[in-house]
Amino acid sequence: MSVALRILDDGAWLSVNDQRRVSVSELWRLDAPDFCDCDLVDFIAEGFTGVSADGHQVAVTTYGKCIACGESGVPGKLPVGHIRQGEYKGYDRQNIVLRPIERRQR
Amino acid sequence: MPTDVERWKSEVYGNEIREHLYQFAEDGWESIPDDEHDAWFERFKWWGLYHQRNGQESYFMMRIGTPNGVLEPGQTEVVAEIAKEYASGPAENPEFGDAYVDWTTRQSIQLHWIKLEDIPEIFEKLEANGLSTQQACGDSWRNIVGNPMAGKAPEFVDAWPVIQELNERFKGNEDHSNLPRKWKVSVTGAPDGSGQGDINDLAFEPAYKEVDGEEVRGFNVRVGGGLSRNEPRLARELDVFTRPENAADVAAGISALFREHGDRENRYNARVKFLMDEWGPEKFRNTLQEEFVDFELETAGTDLREQYTYNAGGEEHGDLIGVHEQADGNYYVGLNVLVGRMGADDTLELAELAEKYGSGEIRISQRQNVMITDVPEEDLDDLLEEDLLEHYSPDPHPFMRGSVACTGTEFCSLSIVETKNRQVRFARWLKQNVELPDGVEDFHIHLSGCTASCAQPQIADISLRGMKTRKDGEPVEALDIGLGGGLGEDPHFAEWVGQRVPVDEVPGAIKNLLASFEDQREGDETFRTFIARQDEEELEDLIEPEETSYEDPYMHNTKMTWYPYADEDDMDASPAPTDGEGNPIAPADD
Repeated sequence: MSVALRILDDGAWLSVNDQRRVSVSELWRLDAPDFCDCDLVDFIAEGFTGVSADGHQVAVTTYGKCIACGESGVPGKLPVGHIRQGEYKGYDRQNIVLRPIERRQR
Repeated sequence: MPTDVERWKSEVYGNEIREHLYQFAEDGWESIPDDEHDAWFERFKWWGLYHQRNGQESYFMMRIGTPNGVLEPGQTEVVAEIAKEYASGPAENPEFGDAYVDWTTRQSIQLHWIKLEDIPEIFEKLEANGLSTQQACGDSWRNIVGNPMAGKAPEFVDAWPVIQELNERFKGNEDHSNLPRKWKVSVTGAPDGSGQGDINDLAFEPAYKEVDGEEVRGFNVRVGGGLSRNEPRLARELDVFTRPENAADVAAGISALFREHGDRENRYNARVKFLMDEWGPEKFRNTLQEEFVDFELETAGTDLREQYTYNAGGEEHGDLIGVHEQADGNYYVGLNVLVGRMGADDTLELAELAEKYGSGEIRISQRQNVMITDVPEEDLDDLLEEDLLEHYSPDPHPFMRGSVACTGTEFCSLSIVETKNRQVRFARWLKQNVELPDGVEDFHIHLSGCTASCAQPQIADISLRGMKTRKDGEPVEALDIGLGGGLGEDPHFAEWVGQRVPVDEVPGAIKNLLASFEDQREGDETFRTFIARQDEEELEDLIEPEETSYEDPYMHNTKMTWYPYADEDDMDASPAPTDGEGNPIAPADD
């Protein structure tokens, strides 16, 4: 079953099968030492510029800022949920640490 | 590879969207196929309809494009009546009630909580009165802006007929209805820079040429300005002069060039400012000449930029608030609308005052304010005594006068923070608690919820932009603070010098900043001059956030609510989507 993944409204949100699933302005903790020197990046998502499916995992390329140190940019493709049998399920992003896909693949 | 948006546009776009929209309206919200929501909501924008944010499904923002902000006699009443009848949602705004009109920084009108099922009735009422939502959003020619008093206040060249011609030619024009991205145009005839051409995709600015010993008045053309996405650009001189009668042909060539050469594979790179980055003005002009116009372009004339006073850092407001004489000897009265939002009943009263004292016409400025025009001198005193003008003052306090705010998380998907109600509270607190230094009467504070910059923060004295931070370990809404922006002969975007200031400490930061200005000011220098002579470190030192008596009820993450001001604001408490009567639609069983 194919799943439609899109970033819409100037990068404001991720659409999965025509439903709004992730919006900018969420705060995430990232394990992304390449992004800034903070132990865990305290990251605000300001805009999404792309979405990809890596296996079952849905990841968004996200522009944002570490609100602890002020570093801004794109820390990589950040996994926000997964797809099983055509159904999307979002991660509990407020309470877990997200690790960029690129970092896992090293 | 073309984007999904481009694919949808290639299937159905422009005028033909309307028949589908009407069918969906007749059949109801649930008739839009679940797997076509994204496509239709993207297309509906072309007809001025923007699906509201998460938690507000089935409700739309409706934008009405009023070229140059001109509402002809009778039209303001129609807008007020539509707002009263159709623009009420399931919850009230504590500052503005349950039906209101937003005057925007692009001289348009926005209504919220519009239900799909009501759209045909609204369109018919608008169009019967010469109003339209066509191309108010979407990838095409947007509402054309300029000095709102074009045609009535003194001008170097008459801009209003040009604006009307452009509007008539490019609204509904299939050759220009599907552009790679939005297309924002400014036409200015006044010699003061008040059309804000520098921040538009295409700008016509007053200029003249000597031809056979005669002065010919017209416009110089600039391309590629804009504020969005952390990539602000000033429009660049194209070395093209156009006479008023040729402006539409020049515009058609430039619009067609954008249509053919703009980036349709990456929407983040699609605005013409990025094409201008890549090409530069010389290649842009050469391509325009060789491929898109069949006449010889004239080289640029002499511009009037040395005379620009609008938002140029001096003490001239340029915001058209107050009582001013028109070229015909009548007067216009500019009224301050704090953050651009006016209740529907007040808007109706505004329309009545315009009928009673003027011609019935209202004009909207790029500072979110309104003007009652064509008032005979002998009627001015009576108009100024009207109750409505106590709230929408022609002589407002500088902090009320200079406050501009975008829509914010109340309705917008992209915004990071609440804006309009917050800016109202900021302005009131500042008015009560902060003295402006001597002689400072023109002071702009613009609050934008995100980097899209709809409140045009980069050209304000104090620029505020939505952010988040942690305070006592808890996430709270915050603002970045920028300083020193403005237009004029030498426009300058604000420097973002204060980062992630918790919103409840922003009024204190502004108070301290103004105190530092007063202490360190040299003579009677303006705020902009004062800021311009500071180095980066000094600028950062000027930002001293502080808790004060100001209280902010919207510190929490308003984006996570379905509506920030609802008693039960959790996303789960949202009544949306609703049917045509506003009743919640139960989710379908899986």
